Order: sequence, then C-alpha cells, then structure tokens
Amino acid sequence: MRHSKKIAPLAIVSVLAMTLAACSGGTGGSGGGAAQQNLDGRGPITYVQGKDNSNVVRPLIDKWNAAHPNEKVTFKEQSDNADQQHDDLVQHFQAKTGDYDVVDVDVIWTAEFAAQGWLQPLNDKMAIDTTGFLPATVATGTYKNVMYALPQTSDGGILYYRKDLVPTPPKTWDEMMAMCPVAKAKGIDCYAGQFAQYEGLTVNVAEAINTAGGTVVDKDGKPTVNTPEAKAGLTNLAQAYKDGNIPKQAVTYQEEQGRQAFEAGKLMFLRNWPYVYNLAKTDGSSTVKNTFGIAPLPGKDGPGASSLGGHNLAINADSKYKATAKDFLTFMTSAETEKFYATQGSLAPVREGLYTDADLVKQLPYLPVLLTSIKNAVPRPVTPFYPAVTQAIQQNSFQAINGTKSVDQALTDMQAAITTAVSK
Amino acid sequence: MSTQVEPGALPGRKASRKGGDNKGVNKEVGADRKEKTQGRAATLLIAPTLIVLAIVILYPVINAVIMSFQHDQGLDAATGLFVTGGFAGVSNYVHWLFQQCPTSGGTGSCPPGTLGAQFWSATGVTFFFTVVTVFFETLFGFWMALIMARTFKGRSVLRAAVLVPWAIPTAVTAKLWFFIFAFDGIVNTLFHSSILWTGSEGPARAAIIIADVWKTTPFMALLILAGLQMIPAEVYEAAKVDGASAWQRFRLITLPLVKPALMVAILFRVLDALRMYDLPAIMTGGANGTTTLSILVVDQIRVGFNSAAALSTITFVIIFIVAFIFVRFLGANAVESASGGAKGKQK
Repeated sequence: MRHSKKIAPLAIVSVLAMTLAACSGGTGGSGGGAAQQNLDGRGPITYVQGKDNSNVVRPLIDKWNAAHPNEKVTFKEQSDNADQQHDDLVQHFQAKTGDYDVVDVDVIWTAEFAAQGWLQPLNDKMAIDTTGFLPATVATGTYKNVMYALPQTSDGGILYYRKDLVPTPPKTWDEMMAMCPVAKAKGIDCYAGQFAQYEGLTVNVAEAINTAGGTVVDKDGKPTVNTPEAKAGLTNLAQAYKDGNIPKQAVTYQEEQGRQAFEAGKLMFLRNWPYVYNLAKTDGSSTVKNTFGIAPLPGKDGPGASSLGGHNLAINADSKYKATAKDFLTFMTSAETEKFYATQGSLAPVREGLYTDADLVKQLPYLPVLLTSIKNAVPRPVTPFYPAVTQAIQQNSFQAINGTKSVDQALTDMQAAITTAVSK
Repeated sequence: MSTQVEPGALPGRKASRKGGDNKGVNKEVGADRKEKTQGRAATLLIAPTLIVLAIVILYPVINAVIMSFQHDQGLDAATGLFVTGGFAGVSNYVHWLFQQCPTSGGTGSCPPGTLGAQFWSATGVTFFFTVVTVFFETLFGFWMALIMARTFKGRSVLRAAVLVPWAIPTAVTAKLWFFIFAFDGIVNTLFHSSILWTGSEGPARAAIIIADVWKTTPFMALLILAGLQMIPAEVYEAAKVDGASAWQRFRLITLPLVKPALMVAILFRVLDALRMYDLPAIMTGGANGTTTLSILVVDQIRVGFNSAAALSTITFVIIFIVAFIFVRFLGANAVESASGGAKGKQK
C-alpha cells in the first residue's frame, strides 16, 4: 500500500506541473512613466528578432557596430516559430528589465504590445520621419492614432498563374472563375490559396471580405463582419469550393502545399506571397519555371485587397538607451538597408521609391506587381485582442468554406465571437 | 560487498570524530544512536530535494490557482491601454464550465469560434483520444509483449528495435505522420485514395490515433514484458502437468500475475493521453474536432493568463479524478498484490 499510494500523487503532480507551469508568469499591468524616461540615453543595446534565415541582419549589425563603437548592438536571434517569438517577447516585456531594447514585431502583434504599454510611442522627441513609406505599412505600426512601431519589411499577396494556359491574367474574381474550365480541360485544379485552419486562412478570408468591399472590424476594433459585402466575399470562397474550382484538398493547404502543387503543374492559379517567385523559377522540381506569370490579386472590378504581412521595429518602453535605439531604427529602415533586405533576403521594402528602382526591379521582377498589391492592401484587424479575433475568423470561415455551416450563420457567429473577444 | 562496507564505515567515522571513549559502549545504545543520527542525516539529505520540489512544483501550482480567481486584464476605452481586471471570484470557472461569455448586454453563452465555446468539446475529444488510444495500445502492447517474452534467436535485437518509435521525439513523430497523411502523402498514394486526412473530422482523429498508437505501443509492450518476466516458469510447468490448456494458462496464470504491471502501464498511459498536446497541435493545429484540453490551455494563454489558469486548474482536477478512480477502484487490488512485501512489513 505504501508504494501504491505514492505512485498516483507523483504521477499527478508531474502532470500538474506540466499543465500549470506555463501559466505562472502572467500578471497584467500597463506602462507607467517608463515611456517618458531615458529618451536621451545612449549606450549598448540589444536587438531581438526571429531566426535570420537569409543572413541579412548580421552584416547590418556589423556595419552599425563598426560605425558606433560606443553604442554597439547585440543581436539576439529567436526561434523561427512565430508563436514562440511572440511568447518570448511577452515574457521579456513583462519582466520590465528592458533587456530587449529594440524588437522586431509581426504586424499583427503591434496593437497588443502597444496596448500593454510595452512599446515606446514614436512621437514628440522620439518621432521618426516616415516620408516615402507606403501608407498601409505605417498603418500597421499605428494604434489609436499613435505610432508605436516603424515598418521594416512588408509583404502582400500575389496571384501566380499559368501564362501558357491563360495568356492574360484575370482582373476580377468572376473572370478568374470563368477561366476554370481551361484548367478542368487540362485535368488540373483551378485556384488555391491558404485554406487550412490556421493564420493563413484569416489572411485569405480577410482578403475575400475586403475585396468585396466589406470589413472585419472598424477603426475602433469593433466587429463589422455581418454585412452584405462581407457575405459576398465569403460566399465567393464557399461557392468556388463547392463548385470544385477550389480543389477539395485546398482545405489542408498552407503556403508550402499550395506552392508544391503549383510547381508540380497541378494548379492553374495560386494566391501566395512573393517568396514563391524565386523558388518557382529555380527549384529543380519546378515544372512551371518558364510558364508562370504573376499578377495582382483579382478583385471586384480592379485589383483585389491583399492582407498585409511584414514586420515592424519597436523600442521597448523600458529600454535605457532610447536615443541609440531610435538611431538604430532609422538605420535599419534606411533606403540603403531596405535595398539590402530586398536583394539579399527577398524581403519586400516599405519605401515606395524602391519599387521603381530600375536596378532592383531587374533583380526582382515581381516588385511592380507587389507594389500594386501593397498599395491596395488592408491590414488585418488592428486590435489588441488579435489572437482571439483570428480564432473567431478561422473557425467560422473554415466551416463556411467546407460547407458544414451556411455563410450567413458563419458570419453571424463570427460577429458574435469577435464581439466577445474585444469586449473585455 | 559494498553494502557490507558502508554501514560499518559510517558509524565508525562518526564515533572517532566524537571521541575514542565511545568504542566500548553497550551494543543497544549504539544501535539507538545510530538510528537517530541516520534519521537526522536522512532529513538533511532529503531537505534540498523537498525545497526544490516546493519551489518548482508547489509555487507555480499555488500561483496558478490564485491567478485563476483574478479577472483577465481589460481595455481602458479612454486610453486604449490594458488595465488589470481585479478579483473575479469564480467567474473564470463559470466561463469554462457553463460556457458563459461577456456579450454586449451582460453575459450569454459563448458564440462558436470563441475558446470558451470549446471547453466541453475539448473535454470530450480528450477522453475520446484517451479511451481509444489506450485501448489499442494495451491490446497491441500485450500481444507484442507475449511474443517478445518467448525465447528465440534475435530476441534482444527485436526488443531494441521495437523501442525505435518510442525513442523518436513526439514532435518529430507528429511531423512525420503529418507528411504521411498529407493529401499527396504516402497513405493516399499507397491506397490510391483521396482522403483529406487532416482536413475533416473523422480522418483527422483517426490519423492522430494511429500516430499515437504507433508511438506508444512499444512503451506499453516493454512495461508488460517486464511484468511477464516476473512470472516464474515453474508455475506454467506445473499447470501443464495438471493439463491446463493454453487459453487456461493465459487466463488463470498470465493475466492475474501480470495485472499489477499492466495496471501501472495503463495508468501511466491514461495520464499521458489526458494531457495530449503535440500530436494534434502539429498534425492538425487543433482543427477539425481535434482540440484537446491542453491545446485549449495553450491557445487561451495567448488570450488571457487568468482564465488560462482556471482552465488548467480544471484540467488538473479532471486528471486527478480520473487517476483517483483508477487507483481506488481498478488498480487497488493490483497494486496491493504487487507490493505484497511492503504490506507485510507494515502489518
């Protein structure tokens, strides 16, 4: 009996520790006077971002450090998983030690971090000139009319199409659907985006809704998704899936599965990000190297509204050396740096001028199309409750697309779920 | 040999440190003192472990329970900044158990698409996975153990080989099966099928169950094998002499004698399955009716810490109840006979 009694509690305690340990770090709180302090501080700082896969950050940091021996930047690399990056940032912000001076934030996290009071407002003394930046990218760094983060890189959706099958790309959604018989005659699938139930679905659904003239949330973050326009947008996707114009396996597609299907020649139209361009041109397994073209996303009667991807740079409100941090932000978004991002890392610039830079366009032929995409882009819902809002969109739209729920019901539920999410 | 040296050496050293005159003391007093010093030494030796346990286990647990009675932070409409929510009473628990959410006019049932609406379905999914996976793992594990218990050439190689799935990290296993069950993956190619394994409810659950059974059956098999090996061969010989059939030998000897090991194995697996996270998280991301309680907790952590604390406390209580029922009603006999020696000493 002695032993038996001990086994269960021990096992349970270990279970408990696993379940609960993750929750022990959370206390709320808003920034107090930290935002007013250390504005003139200069000294060594730390820059934090996710994995530097294309090795663009290190050379830049070396360059900065060579020019600023007394204000050296230490680069901290996080994992390449976005959720882990988010959680790591949250932990360090909560500790309020200011050990992360400058951080790279995904556009969808900016509002949340700003509302927590963790980010230094970039106004008054800290204001940074954003002339020449694409307005949509600046909007992603702005919360309640205050700029909290400086756009660093952008991203927009592009339509990849088979120019050997359809010489002129479709300008509107209806045109694209009308071209689907061409694909069927060839025995391939017509159109796919990212329709698995994950963040990519939010991107695609928001695009469909925005393109049809609807909105997901208004300027104040209140849900506005139960409208005829939004219904038209979501119906486009649901109907295309029902008709088979979107193949049934598309509900398991994230970016990579769609890219592979397109490169294998099994898909006529693909909505994806610019990174696909180089891969589809150079991949050994790509069968469409010379037969694919790119176009802006099809819209209602012109280019469609892309969701905006990309990353911003922000300064920790608890940083001790904000003057240095501000200079570093300016350096990391200078035209020269932006060009380096584009050529070395295929990262889309946030400065409009670079999209017409002849030298750059020669190297990255997708830039003009991408510019159209970003100029028509709409940021995903700017709300501090983004994780809950994206859940509400994903779960309900997934059911609408695969037909387990009517579009009307899905939008009613989505509206209610977002209301719940943002009414805390 | 070493056991003989240590007890002798330890009191000897102590005695010499205290002074030489203790050497001729009465034997009984020496034994008494020995017990006392050993008792004190034991307390001292255990203390660091207890302190560490208190810090790493007790503190977060208590902290989480306290947190679960606080409101999640809310937005101050005027400034757009988060403010702390204050004392919440049991409202976080009501939120989960009765699926009540704040709406524009007070509270109402949580709309589909919120995490709050998923509590009971996640509980159901968790139990579904637990029952089905543990059932198949026990069945296949027992079968494998019976085969491995026989003497044949290459037995040790086989025993090492079956451990491979268990040795692979779960996250890797999950990714592996994610690719196997992809639409253009091995399974669909092999069977010329076009099933959306990760895109619809039934197949998604089946895929996760298959992956889990593949991964953990070896663990089950080895635990049961250890139990089988404890049964003396003479018992079987005697049974054979008495003319018992193979089925009778299995039912009347193997099954009851292996039951203690079997119960411990099942208990471990049940507790493990009740907190399943990585397989569904990686294979489906919790989509298509595969959100388990652990996935729900992690999702909730990103939205609000305090209601996440309430949810994990509820999860803990559920697991505790299951474990308690298990040990109390199903495992009690088994464990009693397993630790027969210890019981004898106590009485």
